[in-house]
Amino acid sequence: MSKPAEFFQRDREWHPPAFSQDYKTSVARSPQNALISLEQTVSEITGPRFGHGDVTEMDRDLLHNYAKPGECAIGERIIVHGRVLDENARPVPNTLVEIWQANAGGRYRHKKDAYLAPIDPNFGGCGRTITDENGYYYFRSVKPGAYPWRNWVNNWRPAHIHVSVFGTAFAQRLITQLYFEGDPLIAKCPIVNTIPDQAARGQLIAALDMNASVPLDSIAYKFDIVLRGRRSTLFENRMEGN
Amino acid sequence: MVQKLDYLKETPSQTAGPYVHIGLAPGAAGFDIYERELGRDIAGPNAKGERIRIEGLVIDGTGSPVKDVMLEAWQANAEGIYPHPEQAGETEEGFKGWGRVITDFDTGEWGFDTIKPGRAMGRNGHLMAPHISLWIVARGINVGLNTRLYFDDEAEANATDPVLNVIEWENRRATLIAKREMRDGAPVYRFDITLQGDNETVFFDI
Repeated sequence: MSKPAEFFQRDREWHPPAFSQDYKTSVARSPQNALISLEQTVSEITGPRFGHGDVTEMDRDLLHNYAKPGECAIGERIIVHGRVLDENARPVPNTLVEIWQANAGGRYRHKKDAYLAPIDPNFGGCGRTITDENGYYYFRSVKPGAYPWRNWVNNWRPAHIHVSVFGTAFAQRLITQLYFEGDPLIAKCPIVNTIPDQAARGQLIAALDMNASVPLDSIAYKFDIVLRGRRSTLFENRMEGN
Repeated sequence: MVQKLDYLKETPSQTAGPYVHIGLAPGAAGFDIYERELGRDIAGPNAKGERIRIEGLVIDGTGSPVKDVMLEAWQANAEGIYPHPEQAGETEEGFKGWGRVITDFDTGEWGFDTIKPGRAMGRNGHLMAPHISLWIVARGINVGLNTRLYFDDEAEANATDPVLNVIEWENRRATLIAKREMRDGAPVYRFDITLQGDNETVFFDI
């Protein structure tokens, strides 16, 4: 195991700013003071670890993980797969990936969601898995529907899947959203558009992946996730001071 | 032309949205799906040290409690050791060091039970004061907010903590210090987080 070393500075111009006028909820939930930059300590370069005992095989199959026996969620059957890498393009193995999403009609199984599209009795909407030794992960699900939300009165979220990833350190902790190639709502979404850079927005759009599709069964999308990279310890960084 | 640096760019963050519970705490969303929800027990049964409870609110820029927050905690054990392979030393069997809590939908109160962490070694051989790292996500928060919780009964250690001391505004340091009280003979630390405005909590770029 290499000596503890820092992660690259997060590029805060690549990520969305805290305050983004058009995403209204951010207006009262964004700090006004500048973030205070820390030189990383052991508290930041370590993080929780998860094992195969924490999840089951079924957790990655959203078609069936909440369905009654012999039944299945309704909607466009999809496979979402990809790799978790760091900024050095190294795979991030054995890391927890968690997802959640609406059903095919854009309705969440959540007591606070009152949208009139119905609940699917066979669909829960959450899944989780652990990347393999190559940083690879996959899920099976239905493609979520777009849904309206109270921002401007006629705002509709593009179809999306929420994605949460841990990496190896608390400094890499990330939550983001996956969008689908070709969705015309992406360009209109105030949440997508909190991200200033078009190339950065593109990084959240999963590509249709015919090669990974299962003929006569499921269509596939590929979504690679990149976590912060780690500096090599070229020179002693005095992290431990001894 | 210069050579091209072949680094990838980090995947940009997006808000966790209003329904973060479905994925990360489905029991709270109103349905049971997983055999085991993660993050419910930080310290485990074998952890040494003082058992404590931590409670608080997350308050927005209008002074209202935020009722759809998820917080994650990351901490060392009572000896200041993190359960991680790059840390010298062992932690107790079952000590995860990590926990996940959500706020109450009606009141916005959150809380978790753990043990009080010990002092971990910081940079350049300077001991840090006991602290718990917190990560806060919610609707309206585009990138998860990092902060640290310190303890008001550790005034001496806090005074020399290398992280608290990089905050040049001394009055802002107090926003990171949880207040101890006793309830039914057990210690409870109160830690309210203010996202914006008066007494805005210090957030870090870690």
